[in-house]
Amino acid sequence: MSDTLLTVRDLRVVYPGEQEAFVALRGVGFTLGRERLGIVGESGSGKSTAGRAIMGLLPRSARIEASELRLGTTDLLRLDERGFRRLRGKRVAMVLQDPRYALNPMMTVGRQIAETHRTHLRSTAAAARKAALAMLEAVRLHDPARVYDLYPHEVSGGMGQRAMIAMMLIADPEILIADEPTSALDATVQLQVLAILDELVRRRGMGLILISHNLHLVSGFCDRVLVMYAGRVVETCVASRLAEARHPYTRGLLASLPELGHRRPELPQLQRDPAWLADTAFP
Amino acid sequence: MIALQKVGVSFGTGATRIDAVRDVSFVVDAGESFGLVGESGSGKSTVLRAIAGLIAHARGDIALAGKPVGRRRSKADRKLVQMVFQDPYGSLHPEHTVDQILVDPIAIHRLGDAGRRVARALAEVGLGPEHRFRYPHQLSGGQRQRVAIARALILEPRILLLDEPTSALDVSVQAEILNLLTRLRREHGLTMLMVSHDLAVIAHLCERIAVMSHGAIVEQTTAERLATSTVDHPYTQELLRSNKGFRREEGEGLCPSTPAKADPLQSIT
Amino acid sequence: MSGVPLARTGGRSWRDWLLATAPASRRQARLGNWYRSWLAFRRNGLAMTGLAIVLLLIVVAAAAPLIASPDAAILQSLSDRLRPASAAHWFGTDELGRDIFARIVFGSRITLAIVAMVAAIVVPIGLGIGLPSGYFGGIVDAVLMRITDIFLAFPRLILALAFSAALGPGIRNAVIAIAITSWPPYARLARAETMTRRKAEFIQAAELQGASPLRILWLQILPLCLSSVIVRLTLDMAGIILTAAGLGFLGLGAQPPTPEWGAMISTGRDYLLDQWWVATIPGIAIFIVSLGFNLLGDGLRDVFDPRSG
Ligand SMILES: Nc1ncnc2c1ncn2[C@@H]1O[C@H](COP(=O)(O)OP(=O)(O)OP(=O)(O)O)[C@@H](O)[C@H]1O
Ligand SMILES: Nc1ncnc2c1ncn2[C@@H]1O[C@H](COP(=O)(O)OP(=O)(O)OP(=O)(O)O)[C@@H](O)[C@H]1O
Ligand SMILES: [Mg+2]
Ligand SMILES: [Mg+2]
Repeated sequence: MSDTLLTVRDLRVVYPGEQEAFVALRGVGFTLGRERLGIVGESGSGKSTAGRAIMGLLPRSARIEASELRLGTTDLLRLDERGFRRLRGKRVAMVLQDPRYALNPMMTVGRQIAETHRTHLRSTAAAARKAALAMLEAVRLHDPARVYDLYPHEVSGGMGQRAMIAMMLIADPEILIADEPTSALDATVQLQVLAILDELVRRRGMGLILISHNLHLVSGFCDRVLVMYAGRVVETCVASRLAEARHPYTRGLLASLPELGHRRPELPQLQRDPAWLADTAFP
Repeated sequence: MIALQKVGVSFGTGATRIDAVRDVSFVVDAGESFGLVGESGSGKSTVLRAIAGLIAHARGDIALAGKPVGRRRSKADRKLVQMVFQDPYGSLHPEHTVDQILVDPIAIHRLGDAGRRVARALAEVGLGPEHRFRYPHQLSGGQRQRVAIARALILEPRILLLDEPTSALDVSVQAEILNLLTRLRREHGLTMLMVSHDLAVIAHLCERIAVMSHGAIVEQTTAERLATSTVDHPYTQELLRSNKGFRREEGEGLCPSTPAKADPLQSIT
Repeated sequence: MSGVPLARTGGRSWRDWLLATAPASRRQARLGNWYRSWLAFRRNGLAMTGLAIVLLLIVVAAAAPLIASPDAAILQSLSDRLRPASAAHWFGTDELGRDIFARIVFGSRITLAIVAMVAAIVVPIGLGIGLPSGYFGGIVDAVLMRITDIFLAFPRLILALAFSAALGPGIRNAVIAIAITSWPPYARLARAETMTRRKAEFIQAAELQGASPLRILWLQILPLCLSSVIVRLTLDMAGIILTAAGLGFLGLGAQPPTPEWGAMISTGRDYLLDQWWVATIPGIAIFIVSLGFNLLGDGLRDVFDPRSG
């Protein structure tokens, strides 16, 4: 699409271990414009690690290498923790997986959102509260005023997820990385939340990276999809044509989905092929 | 096997009071698998927790295996019904090994023969002896969910409650867990009550399905009727429509409040 | 890679055994977990310094009679009073001619004893009040927390002073006084930790299996609170040592001729200008030991909770 917001080239992330280091990403590359980019892949394939690397949220011990990691004109490889803190929330935001862990258990949901508003926009307490309530409404929570005063353990899974989205959108970032943002939402609310994200991409030109297991969702919503396996992008395709994907891994994932109206006694399970590890570039 | 009669649960008092579950009634026969779908926050988890006896202030009558169960559950009642939680990361004690997690219920109910029972439960869910003394952080999400299922099964319950057992797992692991549940149900004649927001998952495992919205059951239907889209209630119809996935043109229509109310997204720019 | 490139000999096998990803017994799993924490701890230089200081304190206390003569710490020799450091008296002598080095060495026993006794009293009381308060909530919580607040409302040193004055001076009473004023923060900490965990799904799973509240508190919640309590305790040790020294300084702690560091400073203060070592050496000892506990506590916190701090 139009201009490039984010460039990632040859990103490698290594987690040092007690016995041997674990290579979580082995040469991931992509660019993000003002578009919806989907990242799919099985658990442990490195999707969250890629998102965290962009946010500067990897543990200090992790080693990060890349030939290019650039946000607009900012070189993320040279940024220190303070630089990242200025960036986070304002320019890139990330909806973390497991919202109920990402939220502070001792503070009400609304206050946490308001705090984010205050830090980034230097607003007054009253303005922050108003903005937080508006945001909670924007993510289609039924009763924003009630949710504002609930503690994280008092909200349902889906409410927590939407609260987290509200918190990330409140400072109006250029890029949003959404890590499984809708896994706890029912289909209708899921669509509503996606509609909000869609609107932000189209109206404000936000760049969106949507990390998800849900292949149907990604293929319907995104523009492009990256398929990851064992720390590599094994296939990139136009989202709407995901069903025609060629890599056997992608095909295996698609086949293991249960289908409404097509009940099988047993779902086919993914059979891994060691050759997929060697396969760097699959067209 | 499970009979709910006008069960209600509310939280909070005064202005913050909310009726999370309102007059929910349904019956699940022995060996049947019953699905519960519905809006986020509509009270699905709360219904399960009430059946499990985790909500002391639930109103209405709950009968399990033909026997009404009271507010305070006896150990025998506890053994009858077990639950698998949504989040495989939060439902295992972080500082207990798989072995400790599985031995604890055996110790509580003084079942004895812990070693063999644990080994059998692990084998049942497809985990090997090499997993037995690991900590949860040494297991993948799918393996953790298997441990959670093993913990629920170790007391040999007749009813298994499943709260979105696969929503935190990727599709390949989801297929493994669904196959596992199908097999366990067949082999043990379990009665299952499952919550999920994925209609395809629910329809894969369950015959009869109840749809919840705002704390109440709005429709009881079957997997076939969902598949053929012959449902009555508008909310169920909307759910089915949404289930087809996101479509760009619909994106606009989905925000009915946009033109009417001031757009909250606008106000923050 | 973090670990040292260990030789292929002997050491390899037990290391592998400890770090095995598929332990064969509960003991191996537990030891392996500790070993992993130790590996993380070992990387932290300051924390290792703290650990070294605390270990040194323990060794000195245990081997005190081997390091210095017990008589030198007590025996007065007025002809040798207020001597500066020399080969015979490494840290000089005090106003009664006693060897300050020997007194410091034997004083370490008292410091350690105070620390251990306070810990042994404070932790059980704090947990005993904090855990049920956080778990049951409601009336139990309200009552227990009001009691805690009452104790918290008094300034610590003043309350300790009042207790010592009422119970009479002496180490045992000083320990009781310090312990009684130190437990409330532990009760609060345990309560807060319990409250954040009470709703966790693994606690609900335990309830579902019929575990009694006592069992849940003991087996599920206590192990989770323990790490933050230990960290807090280690960090508090400096304060406890200082309070004990403060009581000693005011004459309400250990009684002469016990070589308690605080009491040593107190008597040395009269000679501060001309014979500075009499008060300064025990001061340095207190400082180093407090610092050691602080560094150790910081390191433990990093190991137990890598996110904070
Ligand atoms: N802090 C860490 N230290 C060591 N290894 C890690 C760490 N974080 C992640 N890993 C490992 O890196 C790999 C990739 O993890 P990542 O979280 O990126 O996976 P993911 O694709 O997001 O999976 P999921 O779908 O389950 O969220 C995994 O094998 C994981 O075990
Ligand atoms: N402990 C609690 N205190 C206060 N309110 C609660 C508590 N537990 C649940 N609720 C409220 O009850 C309602 C139903 O919650 P529940 O968790 O049953 O929803 P759910 O249908 O499982 O939703 P989801 O699909 O998002 O998990 C929500 O509005 C929630 O805020
Ligand atoms: Mg992830
Ligand atoms: Mg729920």
